[in-house]
Amino acid sequence: MSHHIVEFKNVFFRYPDGTEALKGVNFRITHGESVGVVGANGAGKSTLLQHMNGYLMPTSGTVTIGDLTLTGKTKREFRKKVGIVFQNPDDQLFMPTVFDDVAFGPLNLGMDEASVRERVRKALGMVNSLDLQDKPPHHLSSGQKSAVAIASVMAMEPDILAMDEPAANLDPRSRRSLISLLKTFKHSKIIASHDLDLILDVCERCIVIGGGAVVADGPSAEILSNKAFLEENNLELPLSFQGRS
Amino acid sequence: MTFDTLYFDIGRLDRLSYKDTFVHHLDPRAKVIATMLFLFTVISFPKYEIVALAPFFLFPVLLLTVGEIPVRFIIRKMIVVSPFAVFIGIFNPILDTRTAAVIFGVSLSAGWLSFLSILLKFALTISAALLLIATTSFPGVCHALRRLGFPALFVSQLLFLYRYLFVLMEEAMRIVRAREMRSFGSRGTGMKVFVRLIGILFLRTMDRAERIYYAMLSRGFHGDIPSLKRSRIAFRDLAFMAITIAFLAVFRFLPITEGIGRVAQELFR
Amino acid sequence: MHMADALLSPAVGTTLWAGTVAVGGYASKKLKERIDDRMIPLMGVLGAFIFAAQMINITIPGTGSSGHLGGGMILAIILGPQAAFLVMASVLTVQALFFADGGLLALGCNIWNLGFYPCFLVYPLIYKPLIGDSQNSRRIVAVSLVSAIAALQLGAFSVVMETLLSGKSELPFGAFVLLMQPIHLAIGVVEGFVTAGVINYVQSARPELLESIAASRSLGAEISLRKVMITFVVLAVITGGALSWFASTHPDGLEWSIEKVTGKGKLPEQEHGIAAVLKGIQKKTAFLPDYSFKPEGNDPKKAEAAPARPGIEVGTSVSGIVGAVIVLGMIVLIGVGIRSFRGRDA
Repeated sequence: MSHHIVEFKNVFFRYPDGTEALKGVNFRITHGESVGVVGANGAGKSTLLQHMNGYLMPTSGTVTIGDLTLTGKTKREFRKKVGIVFQNPDDQLFMPTVFDDVAFGPLNLGMDEASVRERVRKALGMVNSLDLQDKPPHHLSSGQKSAVAIASVMAMEPDILAMDEPAANLDPRSRRSLISLLKTFKHSKIIASHDLDLILDVCERCIVIGGGAVVADGPSAEILSNKAFLEENNLELPLSFQGRS
Repeated sequence: MTFDTLYFDIGRLDRLSYKDTFVHHLDPRAKVIATMLFLFTVISFPKYEIVALAPFFLFPVLLLTVGEIPVRFIIRKMIVVSPFAVFIGIFNPILDTRTAAVIFGVSLSAGWLSFLSILLKFALTISAALLLIATTSFPGVCHALRRLGFPALFVSQLLFLYRYLFVLMEEAMRIVRAREMRSFGSRGTGMKVFVRLIGILFLRTMDRAERIYYAMLSRGFHGDIPSLKRSRIAFRDLAFMAITIAFLAVFRFLPITEGIGRVAQELFR
Repeated sequence: MHMADALLSPAVGTTLWAGTVAVGGYASKKLKERIDDRMIPLMGVLGAFIFAAQMINITIPGTGSSGHLGGGMILAIILGPQAAFLVMASVLTVQALFFADGGLLALGCNIWNLGFYPCFLVYPLIYKPLIGDSQNSRRIVAVSLVSAIAALQLGAFSVVMETLLSGKSELPFGAFVLLMQPIHLAIGVVEGFVTAGVINYVQSARPELLESIAASRSLGAEISLRKVMITFVVLAVITGGALSWFASTHPDGLEWSIEKVTGKGKLPEQEHGIAAVLKGIQKKTAFLPDYSFKPEGNDPKKAEAAPARPGIEVGTSVSGIVGAVIVLGMIVLIGVGIRSFRGRDA
């Protein structure tokens, strides 16, 4: 399934104000892989994610999915293939009701009414939120909002799911639900997070970003148990690896 | 009125609008049209009309009881916004002292009549407006507006406003509270602080707008907000409107209330 | 301050609604052609911002009397006239529904008073010309003050006119004006300072922000002075026409003099012509406000004045009051009945 291979080749990105956020990022993610993107604040995680669906374009280097290279013209295609779930579900649920939000993507894809309703039903079912259909987003709890945000992205049936701090605003129970849910997804998953325990649970592979470049890329269990390395990059051991001292 | 009270009031009214009663299930278009006709009829009464306004209270009372809206809540909200009308209206009895009628030996001045008329019209119009939103969700009203011909652009951004109303109010509360905790007593209040708070809120709002736009793009947005056709007019909506229009017409043009009074007087003679 | 339904007459309300809808339609059309996709969420969220800002305004002491930071000026500066008008209309709509601030018929007046003047008059004719390209913070304060005061004076004066023309209040023009204008001068000063304060704050904290929004709405969306003038002339003609039509359906003076001349106790019914038709409509619906009320028979000194308006006699009599009490009692019973019926179900 080569058309789902995500590849960053020597990607550099500089913000308009001069900040160099990405300095030569290289990695390759194959179909079905679950990859965690880890790094200190400001290391470039979000910037990296924003390249995946064309919100940002590399200053130099290429971003490809399968045969498709990211350019101004191919942005729309990228957005069909990559679904991004943001940190703050309030930013992502902008329609008057849950149904409207989940239907937004499929409607933009030009699908007919029956297919849209089917997609919405499936997506909400996936996150166990069918009963929330007619509610306005501001009547939902954080956990519910996160679930619906994921549904709104899944309704577009993307090949690749990217998530930015998915558990940041969740209480422990919702977080646990989220982890179980993610484990059931067969898509390629790219999850940027500070929550190293979540990464350990969900992603078998882990990329560490430091100073705008990839400083480590390998099995999560290995990388996330390397205390010295983590601390070098302003990170810590996952809580589950830390003893109580 | 504190921020909190306003916030909770809006929240409460908003929650009430999603209830599950007969009135709530009526098509929003029917309710909007009925309400506007009601309002128009009420204010079309002459300056000194009092008696003929009485039957019109049936409309808000029915909406309120069938819609299960708490009475005290509505009355409280009505009182809160009454000052302007009352303040302007109170000049009527002061300035217009011509005798208009003599009832049971008491002579009423025209000014008091027109003032009372204003108060009654106020009660009717304000309660009708509140009950409209209490029985129709805001998105429902918006969809009604669009189906009734308002520009799609206007309605789309109106829906966005509603969606982020509570989000921004909460954000504002957080900013205000943070300031409150750092200012002890009178220092830290007033214009400069207010401007600073608004400025911060503004910047956060702009950033949020950017993130929302990004989220929209990520789900394929390319200019038009899509929507599925939803509600269809049912028989009960037409019946509701027909009955309302009939009621308005009858009670506007026929002196029924006075007639009832006369009959009652005859009976007791 | 907002216009209230209770003080409004159908004629004034309809006219202002027509004006508001016309301007709103125009603004929507113009905007649709030229804006960036990002404007719609931006407009909505800024509307929510204005709303939240108004609420902070109310709760912070020392920022102004009635606590209503309009927002029209600041929106016009940031978004341009058309978008700002639509956002103001939205904010006022939310207020009218959730707070019952003023009323739904008066909403047309309020959108006009608080939206049209700042966005389509003051901003293009005062703010923009005076500010030019300057980013000088003091200049921004000065121009904002002048603009906000002007906009609010216009709005306040409009409330006076709308109330007066509706004819439900006895307040004479002079007193009303003396009441409204000074208060709104103070509110205008506050709004001016706040507007300038926010603009200056944003300029210093994130200068590129205002520029990037300005880029999103292309230059073509600006108002030309000529168009404003033409609109004004048109409005004046319409208003003048409406007023003279209104005057012609109030032949009170005519009736009085006819009565005097013909010596008849009752005025000869003008059965023909449009005046009779209009008079008939007026009698039936009081579509236009009735200014002159002179009760027949109650005041012998004024017997020579125009005949009584039927509206006063009918209803405000003992039987009328009795009837009203009965009707209201019935309504209360119905209400209580439905209440307890529902309660039993629950």
